[in-house]
Amino acid sequence: MINNEVTDIIGPPVMKNGWGAWINRNLFSSWFNTVLTAICLYTLWLIVPPLIKWFFINAHWNIPAEECRLGDGACWSFIVHNFRFILFGFYPFEHHWRPALAILLFGIITLVSINKNWWNRKLMYLWLVTFLGMAILMKGGIAGLTPVTADRWGGLPLTLILSVTGILFAYPAGILLALGRCSKMVGIRAICVGYIELIRGVPLISLLFMASVMFPLFLPDGVVINKLLRAQIAIILFAAAYLAETVRGGLQTIPKGQYEAASALGLSYFQQMRLIILPQALKTVIPSTVNIFISTFKDTSLVVIVALFDLLATTKASLANPEWLGFSREGYIFVAVIYFTFCFSMSRFSINIEKELNRGY
Amino acid sequence: MENSDSEIIIQITNMHKWFGDFHVLKDINLAVHKGERIVVCGPSGSGKSTMIRCINRLEEHERGRIVVDDIEITNDMKNIDQIRAEVGMVFQQFNLFPHMTILENLTLGPKWVQKHSANESEDLAMKYLKRVRIVEQAHKYPGQLSGGQQQRAAIARSLCMHPKVLLFDEPTSALDPEMVKEVLDVMISLAEEGMTMIVVTHEMGFAKQVADRVIFMDEGQIIEENIPHIFFNDPHHERTRLFLKQILP
Repeated sequence: MINNEVTDIIGPPVMKNGWGAWINRNLFSSWFNTVLTAICLYTLWLIVPPLIKWFFINAHWNIPAEECRLGDGACWSFIVHNFRFILFGFYPFEHHWRPALAILLFGIITLVSINKNWWNRKLMYLWLVTFLGMAILMKGGIAGLTPVTADRWGGLPLTLILSVTGILFAYPAGILLALGRCSKMVGIRAICVGYIELIRGVPLISLLFMASVMFPLFLPDGVVINKLLRAQIAIILFAAAYLAETVRGGLQTIPKGQYEAASALGLSYFQQMRLIILPQALKTVIPSTVNIFISTFKDTSLVVIVALFDLLATTKASLANPEWLGFSREGYIFVAVIYFTFCFSMSRFSINIEKELNRGY
Repeated sequence: MENSDSEIIIQITNMHKWFGDFHVLKDINLAVHKGERIVVCGPSGSGKSTMIRCINRLEEHERGRIVVDDIEITNDMKNIDQIRAEVGMVFQQFNLFPHMTILENLTLGPKWVQKHSANESEDLAMKYLKRVRIVEQAHKYPGQLSGGQQQRAAIARSLCMHPKVLLFDEPTSALDPEMVKEVLDVMISLAEEGMTMIVVTHEMGFAKQVADRVIFMDEGQIIEENIPHIFFNDPHHERTRLFLKQILP
């Protein structure tokens, strides 16, 4: 028999809750912690108020550059006067609504895709339609839209196109490379290992240079691939090699028994991979996959070396305008915020997907 | 009881296998008739699992012949696929697919290998889930089931393929003791229905109850092969006697 009286008397230890208790426990639990807390508070006091002053209180929002230089706050006028060039580069001014709409469409379809219940064939078609729509908007030439050649694209749309297309093509390519690297067939394995090691062994910059300088040498006379496409291919090749290694890491986490059970059922190699192995392997490597997506997004800023005007390049160009010389702080803070918004969204998006996929098991 | 009249479904002759330099299977000879229930026992490392894994090519044999239902196992993938469609396997670790519900685990084979429609596959799956008495778990994920339930689901998954032979690789060894019986009960009822089974197990009670033949393996060889009555009461070989003494209470 259990002694009921004793088990009744002993309850769980009492936990103090609420703000007061939390502060006591975490900030002032000992004299050492109290000193640390005081130092932190003092540092914040030194840093935060001047920052707020510079950012908001003394900031100028819409005055000419000359007056802006006299003030001691941030000169957001620089952004206000230049944001259309920063965002859209040399895209014809009166057509700026087109890239803007393209970005908006992309944002909407991304938001729609957050919900796992909507992942079906229809959504896939919707994505294709969206991409087609974006391409038409950017390129023009049909539906009464004035054609705009790719060498005039720039700013945020360029950054997005390079990174999204890069990721979309590099992901499947990376998966195939990873499967190839794990293949039992020596030839295929050698090719994949060679490719991955070669691409990983050189910096993206050199790939971009090769794409713009050496690539045309291999093409027959008269065939010209535009600069944008060449840079795009370099980015895909680069990201695929990194993704391949990440995916391979995921493949290695799958127990041998899963392959055996799938084989014993009589599933073919590709069925095994598609239905059993990859869904599990890709899920486990979502964090590092998104890591590569994020760095691909940021690496697109390197295309400036082949004279493409991505977001960072358009910002720099605006800063070089004699009228607005000297406002690089404001300019760089502005692009930093844009980059951060996108990267942070990607990170949240991936956490969301992980949660969706974790339901049930 | 060995029935020499009925058709031979598995014929293994002079089969050898090595893991590197280690000779795991030495000159295995075995004929299994349709409807026969065979229990394989022996100390760990004796090659029992490896032997049955050769029957559906999860392991490759290096010498000798294995013929399953008149198809010889060679390097020809077509033969191997054909044999895998006829030979079901139940693993020690269940090996259910964790990212799919139990129902999805079961419909996978019928749908993708046998090309049944989604509805047909589902009916089939539900039929066998009923058969192993876990219909109510159909929409759960493997991780939400107990070990015994998972193993029963794994048996149902094999049954969905209508196999001619079922191989069991220590099906109860990874289970908590209180769950062994529910799995054995399913296996016994399959045996009673006339399913051809080769079972690697240490459950000697099961062997006594359902086996037509018990095979004792040691160091990669089949040492003794006998009907349960004689095997347990009057084994011919000294090594069999020693082994039985160690595992029987």
